[in-house]
Amino acid sequence: MWETIFLTIKLACVSTVFLLLIGTPLAWWLSRTESVWREVVAAVVALPLVLPPTVLGFYLLLALGPDSPLGGAAEALFGHTLAFRFEGLVIGSILYSLPFVVQPIRNAFQAMGPGPMEAAATLGAGPWDRFFSVALPLARPGMITAAVLGFAHTMGEFGVVMMIGGNIPGETRVLSIAIYDYVEALEWEKAHYLSAGMVVFSFVVIMAMMVIGRKLRRGPV
Amino acid sequence: MWARAHAEGKRISPFVVVICFRLFLLSTLTIMATGPAQAATANVAVAANFRGVLAEIARLFMQHSGHEIVISSGSTGKLYTQIRYGAPYDVFLAADQTRPAALIRQGVAVAGSRFTYARGKLVLYSRDAGLTDRLAHKLKQGHWTRLAMANPLIAPYGRAGQQVIEKITDLRFDHLVAKGRILQADNITQAYQFAMTGHADMAFVALSQVKTGEGGDYWIIPETHYDPVLQDAVLLRRGAENPAATAFLEYLKDERTRSLIRGYGYEMVGQDRTVTEN
Repeated sequence: MWETIFLTIKLACVSTVFLLLIGTPLAWWLSRTESVWREVVAAVVALPLVLPPTVLGFYLLLALGPDSPLGGAAEALFGHTLAFRFEGLVIGSILYSLPFVVQPIRNAFQAMGPGPMEAAATLGAGPWDRFFSVALPLARPGMITAAVLGFAHTMGEFGVVMMIGGNIPGETRVLSIAIYDYVEALEWEKAHYLSAGMVVFSFVVIMAMMVIGRKLRRGPV
Repeated sequence: MWARAHAEGKRISPFVVVICFRLFLLSTLTIMATGPAQAATANVAVAANFRGVLAEIARLFMQHSGHEIVISSGSTGKLYTQIRYGAPYDVFLAADQTRPAALIRQGVAVAGSRFTYARGKLVLYSRDAGLTDRLAHKLKQGHWTRLAMANPLIAPYGRAGQQVIEKITDLRFDHLVAKGRILQADNITQAYQFAMTGHADMAFVALSQVKTGEGGDYWIIPETHYDPVLQDAVLLRRGAENPAATAFLEYLKDERTRSLIRGYGYEMVGQDRTVTEN
């Protein structure tokens, strides 16, 4: 049981790091660009909000399989395909949680307006310097919201893992799958422990979100 | 556009009315001639390995009786849990005997309605053709990276697969699971699909599945390697008064149905060996 909990937290941590690394530049581009592609990209990022996780799981199963170019490349590179492995779940989680990370960061960047960046430019700061020492600190509440949401959403992921997980302990058997298995096997005591834990965890996350939200309204820290 | 269609509709309407009336009359008469006094609908929960066969049986049954059959499939363990907690099924076709018997003990299923409708055969499937003779050897020698099977805790065919590994190889099952070499699927259909998409080298599935599927190769595992997979059907209390449910169970015992089931790769046990000890 502890292995499952540890694995789930590990998956959520690794996914959140990647989500922030991918989501931040994406959100920056979305908040600044005038490109006609902006809304198209925003819509693609938001797709997992609407799509059933099974659609994502089905396409990932095919895309990560040895028959697809992507799966074939992974096999040549690592000696194995990525589905039914921890790495595969990370990929799935990144796609699945991306909208929850991009949206708050994008909002934070937009709320900032062009003022601070222009001021920094007149003071002679280069574009990278401006981004790291002005934009990022100002967007910190948005970043925190994004990280918490991405983390929490990955913790609760089920449909995608069901389809590309394979229920391997220590590798792909995450909490939601373990609970499902315990319920189906009528081992309700264990299901209760894990489920109650998830309820408490989710409550803490939502409380944290509300506190951060209040800070955000008061203005950046 | 509406107006034009409306006008055209008006012009041909006498014909339409006559034709519609005739069709209506014809269909009513047909139903009255062939169907029972009252057509009913039965919800059947079926273990994943039997789903394809059941679809065919249900099609014939519906033609024959005029009743309607609605099929839901999953692992035996999952369906059992759902039924025990009030899922609206009338008939349960399990892949084992213990769960239908348990439902009778709990008063969820009708006592005396349980009977064995098929004996399943386990095969080891690989999507690479021409391996039949070597599959057994490969399994024994551990010459495979990953093997897919239904979760042994909730699926009888998964349990049978576990028994085969424990019986004919020196490999420890729990070691294999811990090392990630066993992909546990939610049910046997998913196990088949894991191997079909190339994510697993081989999979323990039912003979009926590979018979209807395409491509690949399989080894029919000798039945001495695992406890017989006796699949029991049971009438659930919810369906006790449902004519479609009772008629369907009778139809399942019919000799023609039994030979159809046999054709899909199942063995049959003695004629109408209805189990009534519960």
